[in-house]
Amino acid sequence: MLQLLTNANTLLLATEEGGHAAETLSDGGLLASLAWLIPVAPMVAAFVIALYGKRMPYKGWDIAIGVMGFEALYGTALLLAHIANPIAHDFQVEIGKIGSMPIEWGWTVDGLSIMMYFLVGVVGFFVFLYAKGYMEGDIRFTWFFASFTLFAGGMLVLVSAPNMIQLIVGWELVGVSSWLLIGHYWEDHANSSAAIKAMLVNKVADVGLFIGAIMISMSVGSFRFSDILHAVEGGAAAAPLLAQFAFWGGLALFIGAMGKSAQFPFHVWLPDAMAGPTPVSALMHAATMVTAGVYLVGRMFPLYLTDGFATEVRAVIIIIGGLTLFLTGLIALVQDDIKKVLAYSTLSQLGYMTAAMGAGAYTAGLFHLFTHAFFKALLFLGAGSVIHSVHSNNMSDMGGLRKTMPWTYRTFLVGSLALAGIPLFAGFFSKDEILASLNYAVGEFSTADGGSSVATVVLILAISGAFVTAFYMARTVMLTFHGEYKGQAHPHESPKIMWMPLVALAVPSAVIGFMNWPGLTSTFTDVVGARAVRVLDHHATGFDYLMLALGLTAAVAGGLIGMRIWGPDKETQAARDTFRIPILYPLLENKYYIDDLYMDGVVRPIRGPLARAMDWFNGHVLDFIVNGAGLLAMSLGKVVYWFDQRGVDGAIHASGAVTGAGGGMLRLLQTGKVQQYAILIFAATVIMVGGLVIWF
Amino acid sequence: MILGQFIILGAALFSLGVYGVLTRRNAVLVLLSVELMLAAVNVNFVAFDIYARDVMAGGQIFSLFIIAVGAAEVGIGLAIVLLIFRNRQSANVDELDLMKL
Repeated sequence: MLQLLTNANTLLLATEEGGHAAETLSDGGLLASLAWLIPVAPMVAAFVIALYGKRMPYKGWDIAIGVMGFEALYGTALLLAHIANPIAHDFQVEIGKIGSMPIEWGWTVDGLSIMMYFLVGVVGFFVFLYAKGYMEGDIRFTWFFASFTLFAGGMLVLVSAPNMIQLIVGWELVGVSSWLLIGHYWEDHANSSAAIKAMLVNKVADVGLFIGAIMISMSVGSFRFSDILHAVEGGAAAAPLLAQFAFWGGLALFIGAMGKSAQFPFHVWLPDAMAGPTPVSALMHAATMVTAGVYLVGRMFPLYLTDGFATEVRAVIIIIGGLTLFLTGLIALVQDDIKKVLAYSTLSQLGYMTAAMGAGAYTAGLFHLFTHAFFKALLFLGAGSVIHSVHSNNMSDMGGLRKTMPWTYRTFLVGSLALAGIPLFAGFFSKDEILASLNYAVGEFSTADGGSSVATVVLILAISGAFVTAFYMARTVMLTFHGEYKGQAHPHESPKIMWMPLVALAVPSAVIGFMNWPGLTSTFTDVVGARAVRVLDHHATGFDYLMLALGLTAAVAGGLIGMRIWGPDKETQAARDTFRIPILYPLLENKYYIDDLYMDGVVRPIRGPLARAMDWFNGHVLDFIVNGAGLLAMSLGKVVYWFDQRGVDGAIHASGAVTGAGGGMLRLLQTGKVQQYAILIFAATVIMVGGLVIWF
Repeated sequence: MILGQFIILGAALFSLGVYGVLTRRNAVLVLLSVELMLAAVNVNFVAFDIYARDVMAGGQIFSLFIIAVGAAEVGIGLAIVLLIFRNRQSANVDELDLMKL
């Protein structure tokens, strides 16, 4: 494998530049010790809603929004407390044992978890608020909010996990509730198969997570992240077993992360997951589920960064990230379904995060996760608002909505600008930081074994990705909000409960990037850096002006060209609607044939013979067994009947008869004559005494 | 052998008592026969006591007890017989078959 890192340099740089590794970490006091409420409250609420939701005045939504409001407040409080005085503490309660290794339930309160609590709480709160309007009149309104709360709760269990076991529990909770939500409209076969697809693809990747978790935990002798990361901190010489298993274990964990974070080639489930209601997509693509993989890599980051452990895996991570960010971004160009455009855009952005993680940029990857959550939730909710209004997902049924839906338009525009990376919007700062860290990696990775050139290729892909992102967002905005309305419905602005959350999310989408203005502020770096085990990380102290210029040029060029092509001042409406990129188009429209490859290459060859085998098995073996069992039961019944009639009843009658006869005979003795009794007593005594005498 | 003669006397008395109990119809005579059986037992007790040279004279003391109990028993027995006679104008035991019920 590639030896990517010259470790000594990074160590030095991290200690020099990483001002974030706060020396004094508090245990957070009451606020942290009560943080178990964060994962527990929504889990409890989910069951309460499922059982009693229908009796509530708002049919369960009131409980859900109450819990999410609590999450948002608690997350914000923790974040503010954390900024004021960094907290890093985890709490563990032993609940069982595997051999000598305790299984524990607990909650982590450190920079990374607090960031996620805040994110899930705040974004989740607005999405839940919006969902009230979007889901109004739905047939399974209460059930939707029960599973939606479970979804948020599962994610909070995941991010609060201080050990591998709980992480897996949360991981699977997210998986199962996403399955419930994607298949919410299961009456339509396409939706239920999308849910199954998401489940199965995730399951394949989960095998990696399990193997990785087992390998790493067993070689350390503890499921706790803190133990694992302390072992890593101690160096390879002190933990030879872990060092031996770190590469394969780290790789397996990353495969698990690829499944949840929908990295190429596991990305196929995410676009299909659009089958769920739009609020689900918004939460799934922003704060929960897809962030889980990036979170996991972030949580285990020292393992991937410390020399002697899984540093080689970063070559895989950066390549996967680079491929995902570019390839899926291109597919977004040809989609007609507005939600699919956003879905592929999410894939592409996840690729950025992964690539940043691979480049060793912990802060940059998580910062993009953080900002992306706000503007992607905003974009999805905006798209949902449009869909709600025109009753179609297709952009060919939209157009000109700028006038009829002013609030949706304004907020969607903010989201698009943030996603495209236009300066001063949130996405600009995070994307720029990723480009800067990729550029840093180019210089940092060793040139001898090609690590540096891999980083260069990924950097070029990332810059092209910025162009593509701006390009398809321009297309989406143009086709949806500009030009002539092409659909049949009567578009109208969505109700207040739907556009208010849009406005609320537009604000952070615009300004939250200021948290990490290179050279000016480093709030976000300080937040996520404050962990019990120091995370070594390259953090920029100022703009990387070359990357800034390249990224900005790409974004602006993409946006302008996109607006030029799909702008309403094109000669004919038809011309802009049917714009096709010649050779690439069929390839992209068919998503590189990857779905077909999976379907024809894996699913059908297995499914066809398997189905026939199962049919034969069912027809012959199972039916034979069932019929045989039936016949056997019938004949057994006959035997039992005979036995009951003859055997049991006979015995009862016989015992009755014997008793009657005995009684009749004994009756003769009962004369009532005292002397007769006396004779019998004497006779009996004589016989017994006589017997006794003869015996001895 | 002197013990043999006493035992034969005891057995004869006992047999007489048994015969009386089983055959006499008059309740007074039945009681009398019971007393005969007790007397036979007393004879045996005293005879074996002497024969075994018991320093504590257990057999003799036991026979005194039996005589005392026997007197009490006859007292109660005669009282019962008297009451039965008063109620039924008869003291015949073969007419007393109320135990059958």
